[in-house]
Amino acid sequence: MNAAVLENVQDAAAQKIAVRNLNFHYGRFHALKDINLDIPERKVTAIIGPSGCGKSTLLRTFNRIYALYPDQEARGEILIDGEDILAPGQDLNSLRAKVGMVFQKPTPFPMSIYDNIAFGVKLYEALPARLMEERVEWALRQAALWDEVKDKLKQSGTSLSGGQQQRLCIARCIAVKPEILLLDEPASALDPISTGRIEELVHELKSDYTIVMVTHNMQQAARVSDYTAYMYLGELVEFGVTDEIFIKPMKKETEDYITGRFG
Amino acid sequence: MELYARRLLVNRINLMVSLLAMLFGLFWLGWILFTLFDAGFGSISATLFLETTPPPGSDGGLANAIGGSLLMGGAGTLLGTPIGIMAGIYLAEFGNRGWLAPATRFINDILLSAPSIVIGLFIYQAYVVSVGHFSAWAGAMALALIVIPVVIRTTENMLRLVPDSLREAAAALGAPQWKVIALVTVRAAKAGIVTGILLAVARISGETAPLLFTALNNQFGTLNMNSPMANLPVVIFQFAMSPYQDWHNLAWAGALLITLSVLVLNILARVFFRNKTPVY
Repeated sequence: MNAAVLENVQDAAAQKIAVRNLNFHYGRFHALKDINLDIPERKVTAIIGPSGCGKSTLLRTFNRIYALYPDQEARGEILIDGEDILAPGQDLNSLRAKVGMVFQKPTPFPMSIYDNIAFGVKLYEALPARLMEERVEWALRQAALWDEVKDKLKQSGTSLSGGQQQRLCIARCIAVKPEILLLDEPASALDPISTGRIEELVHELKSDYTIVMVTHNMQQAARVSDYTAYMYLGELVEFGVTDEIFIKPMKKETEDYITGRFG
Repeated sequence: MELYARRLLVNRINLMVSLLAMLFGLFWLGWILFTLFDAGFGSISATLFLETTPPPGSDGGLANAIGGSLLMGGAGTLLGTPIGIMAGIYLAEFGNRGWLAPATRFINDILLSAPSIVIGLFIYQAYVVSVGHFSAWAGAMALALIVIPVVIRTTENMLRLVPDSLREAAAALGAPQWKVIALVTVRAAKAGIVTGILLAVARISGETAPLLFTALNNQFGTLNMNSPMANLPVVIFQFAMSPYQDWHNLAWAGALLITLSVLVLNILARVFFRNKTPVY
């Protein structure tokens, strides 16, 4: 990653997440190698690359969800609003309130649709019932799910279809009012129509949130993202404005991957 | 076509052998149930539930034994279930590192298959001898020791079936680990855990050996947990070994009662598990 690209990106928008010399290990396996990356605020940044290149691993460092597993370790710096979240003593719960995550497979909790949304909110705020209802409705509207579920808020979250479950997870994430949304292949388990809805949603949400999205699907990255990072074998190969990456990538490897000659 | 015909034949032979094996097993089960109903059903009446165990030659029922079994079974379950669930949670949620969890799991497996008479003797030595008399509390303790490993095992297994992605999703919202466990994972595994408890209750409802050395028996009905207490398995044992026909009849009736309650518990466990398991 050369300095020129970094500067280029920094000019374009204020950075929200700054990754500096990040290395990541699964036990002995060196999964991320000296990553340097600036993720701009209130934009959609897509991370693409072949399977096993480390894109999900990178995403999972931004909310330190990897810390659930004792043999996983990140070294380096990840600055969110200038604060190093890898520093010892970082409060993980407040970090995760600020950095929400949606996973590849929908993960509704075994409780009602309403309680699914309220679960996260209750961790941080003691809202009176009326305000909680408003918050739940607001989150479901943001996730474009309200009209489909407003009459069955007491039903189990697991009773929804896959696409609805995924939007429920996005609503649950938004309800906490995070600043950053991490989406780990949010549409890869969904049909094309549900995928389309998720993409529209991402497009609408970017005015309020900084969104980082991992995807296998290059058309998807081209459609929804403002910036794209291409990773290969644990290294960041190229990062820049999506249109430039897709139209005239600076590196041969990126071009080969995007045009389907490899990967 | 040659190949297809051979496959059909092999398939048919295998089906036949499996069917025979099933019928062989069912035959004995059916015979046991038939004998139980045949010999015990005639003695089931209101008196069975209202009167206490009689001296030979006079009328009576099994009220004290039924009450004692319910009381000790209930106390044993109440004592053993919380311990079992907590330990199961520890093994499933925290048991991936260190030596304590694998050691506990190993010991629990031994406890799970320990002969129940050993557990009875243990409580006899550890509790009955030191207080100096048989008591229902001792019986409840022995039963709790049988409940614990069953509940530990099912709780751990059921929690392990909950996908890690669900734990990650809750943690990613910023929930502390105890809330992830209490509000999400345990709830996701609830049906399985309850099934495990029901199966543990079914298991202890027929145990004779651990009660023989602990609660012993009592001719009279009592609610005093510090005194010896009648219970179905020991009464069946005593009455069946006696030379009196009316005692034999009561023993058959008691055996039928236990079998039916275990049957009901198993059916409940199945119904509960089937209706409440979320699909991931």
